Amino acid sequence: MTDPATTDLRQAAASQDAPLDDPLLHAARWHAQGEAVALATVTATWGSAPRPAGSRMAISAGGRIAGSVSSGCVEGDVVEAAIETIRDGQPRLLSYGVSDDSAWSVGLTCGGTISVFVEQLGGDGGR
Amino acid sequence: MTPDILARLIEAKERRQLAVLATRLPDGAQVLLRQDGEALVPDATAAVPNGLPATAASAAADERSRQVVLGAESWFLHVHAPPPRLLVIGAVHVAQALAPLARAVGLSVTVIDPRRGFATSERFPGTELVTLWPDEALRSLGIDRHSAVVTLTHDPKLDDPALALALDSPAFYVGALGSRKTQGTRRERMRATGLGEAALDRVRGPVGLAIGAVGAPEIALSILAEIVAVRRNAALAARRGWEE
Repeated sequence: MTDPATTDLRQAAASQDAPLDDPLLHAARWHAQGEAVALATVTATWGSAPRPAGSRMAISAGGRIAGSVSSGCVEGDVVEAAIETIRDGQPRLLSYGVSDDSAWSVGLTCGGTISVFVEQLGGDGGR
Repeated sequence: MTPDILARLIEAKERRQLAVLATRLPDGAQVLLRQDGEALVPDATAAVPNGLPATAASAAADERSRQVVLGAESWFLHVHAPPPRLLVIGAVHVAQALAPLARAVGLSVTVIDPRRGFATSERFPGTELVTLWPDEALRSLGIDRHSAVVTLTHDPKLDDPALALALDSPAFYVGALGSRKTQGTRRERMRATGLGEAALDRVRGPVGLAIGAVGAPEIALSILAEIVAVRRNAALAARRGWEE
């Protein structure tokens, strides 16, 4: 754990003045602690989506969660997908909307549609 | 995302530099670009499409993340703009209430006061403190268009130079604590230094939305509500409630 990137992450994660809820800082901290981490990012929205493109959530292998990609309606499903991505290293592009097959269980109640990209935080860019 | 890109994103945020993270969908190949579209971290395996730098620069210019199609590839351009910053002049009681409230809505807070007895980490846990004179501090920090400046000291020696610098900056919000009478006398003083009416009109004072605030926490809430209203271009930014 001596490469410059890791050192930078530690310092950044230790900095106090950044907003505490930045998922990237949590991701950096968890990574520095040796935990596998996935990032989920809203890449597109249609209709009355709850969070804009760029909204982000960090998920650790141990189930720690920071940030959000919706007002809460699809987070559970995104966390499951993130754990899968941590397991198999494969990025995932998820889509949620009222017309989705899974609408009854994890759809957006607001009537919008969102795309969420899930990637691993890792040395090979998650691929 | 590589740890290197994550570290650079965090570093860019701390340095208040805009960065664009371009991600190819769905395989996740990534390129980190500067505001001008130049690649900071080129991807080792993915060829950067021709149009990417220009498209990223354009997304950076209007600070909106977006999904684009370049050639036959779909890319998500994630704009990481520096967080809005609140520069507070005066490590006073209202500032103590304002700092944590402001952080809660995502502002990065710096409290400036040369009086070391006030600007202590005990009074401001977790808040960046600068114990220089306000004009020196603001010059070294730099006031960008993502900055809000609020003066709280009631002391012209501290407040006036800070306001003069703020009015000469692209700050999105400039506010000064003080009664209407205080605002009037300050305006006279600052007019005498050569500041024009348009510049002086930018100072929001009495500061905050008129919510009938009593005590430091409510005054802090009033200031923060106004900062949010201005930042979000809400109607209340113009109808502050202090009229008549």
